[in-house]
Amino acid sequence: MIVADKKPIEEIIDMVKGYQKILIAGCNECVTVCEAGGKKEVGVLASALRMYFMNEGKKIEVDEITLERQCDHEYLEEMRNSIDQYDAVVSLACGVGVQFMAEKYFGTPVYPGVNTCFMGVTEERGVWSERCQGCGQCILGKTAGICPISRCAKRLLNGPCGGSTQGKCEISKDLDCAWQLIIDRLKELDRLDEYEEIAPIKDWSTERAGGPRRVVREDVRQ
Amino acid sequence: MSAKTPSRLEKILDSGQLAVTSECGPPRGSDPEAITKKAEMIKDHVDAINITDNQTSVTRLSSLASCIHLKLMGLEPTLQMVVRDRNRIALQSDILGAASFDIHNILCLSGDHQVFGDSSQGQNVFDLDSMQLIQTVRLMRDEGKFLGGDDIKRPPKMFVGAAANPFADPFEIRVPRLAKKIAAGVEFIQTQCIYNLDKFELWMKQARDRGLHEKVYILAGVTPFKSAGMAKYMKNRVPGMDVPDEVVKRMAGVSKENQPEEGVNICVETIQRLKECEGVRGFHIMAIEWEEKVPEIVERSGLYPRPKDL
Repeated sequence: MIVADKKPIEEIIDMVKGYQKILIAGCNECVTVCEAGGKKEVGVLASALRMYFMNEGKKIEVDEITLERQCDHEYLEEMRNSIDQYDAVVSLACGVGVQFMAEKYFGTPVYPGVNTCFMGVTEERGVWSERCQGCGQCILGKTAGICPISRCAKRLLNGPCGGSTQGKCEISKDLDCAWQLIIDRLKELDRLDEYEEIAPIKDWSTERAGGPRRVVREDVRQ
Repeated sequence: MSAKTPSRLEKILDSGQLAVTSECGPPRGSDPEAITKKAEMIKDHVDAINITDNQTSVTRLSSLASCIHLKLMGLEPTLQMVVRDRNRIALQSDILGAASFDIHNILCLSGDHQVFGDSSQGQNVFDLDSMQLIQTVRLMRDEGKFLGGDDIKRPPKMFVGAAANPFADPFEIRVPRLAKKIAAGVEFIQTQCIYNLDKFELWMKQARDRGLHEKVYILAGVTPFKSAGMAKYMKNRVPGMDVPDEVVKRMAGVSKENQPEEGVNICVETIQRLKECEGVRGFHIMAIEWEEKVPEIVERSGLYPRPKDL
């Protein structure tokens, strides 16, 4: 999933304090799972904003909605008839949802209510960690199912570096060394000899380096 | 192994004599004397001088510019180059820049993560890794080609080195990793500072068991401790460093004013023991901001005078 983290309420207040009627829009997908922008968080943020503005003596109306997804036309269209009632929207979707909302409702200011962090997993409730950076050319088949691009601080394709210490990365004792994990698993799979194959220089053109990306699938296109 | 470049370091190693290299860290400013003074202190006692490349990710005068200062003094520099800060365009461009000044040694490194330095909020690059940088220099030198496939006019003639850390984890892949660097085309290795001699000798034995000591020149890395505090710091705070307790105890066991001498003693003893270790072809003395001690270490270790007229 796409993992996001809540923005500090002060930052959100600062963005919306000049409006009279605002909509908090949640998303029922990734940000719900990572407890940053689902229906529950929409309710909590809306209540906090109402309370704040009431205490400030400001008459600002705060409404709530949570869409099934904010990255699809179909669900964003559900707001078509009501969007004009609002001076601004705070989207608690990831940056993808915020932008798609802004593209669709061109004349309505849309503000981000979360910081979009990475593509990752729930390690345990309250702890999420990165697993993929969407490089566009997956090499997991060569690296025992552990991605050195997203999990090694230096993105080394031929690691580990000299800073790997007792299974941990040189930048933090809280971070596993990706190459230690790769080697452990190669051993488990009885494939440690593959370690000595030199990974070739990567073509980064399918990654961020190549500019904004698109996937066009003629077979499913209508 | 026979010499393929005009590198003096390569010729010395090729002749079978123990080589001695050292290194200078460039200043955090633009005064060239900060480099040339350090080089003056050590120039008669070493065969080549590494210039570090923004080590520990602290911004400094560039490695390439510093190497040029050494060339202008008639000395032999080894250009350290990390892949942290440069993409493949900049790496190849700087290699050509160095080659244009006839800099004949390069050390291919990944580089410390930027989080350790003065620019922890900066981007890193890591377009290539150190293994792939070795391949790149060899391609440029041996085939006269850029990574993009075009021909290079007057290709670089560089003796290609890399680092090896026998003490990082996991230990079991430290020799396979050396083998991998050799397969990538590395010709000399400078190791991480050695304090745990037993572990280093085990690593060397495993390297010899695979015949790797005959495929690459290994220079054993040493760093004299200036104080017991430095020993403790290196033990506890520097990633990938293995300082046994008894070494820290030995440093702490002498009075503060005698600690620098004890640090040099340990360094000299390390070199003397490792001279007997088969496969060690020389020493890389990293006297961090203590360059004035290099001549004494070299002399006391029986590595002086250095070869002339090769």
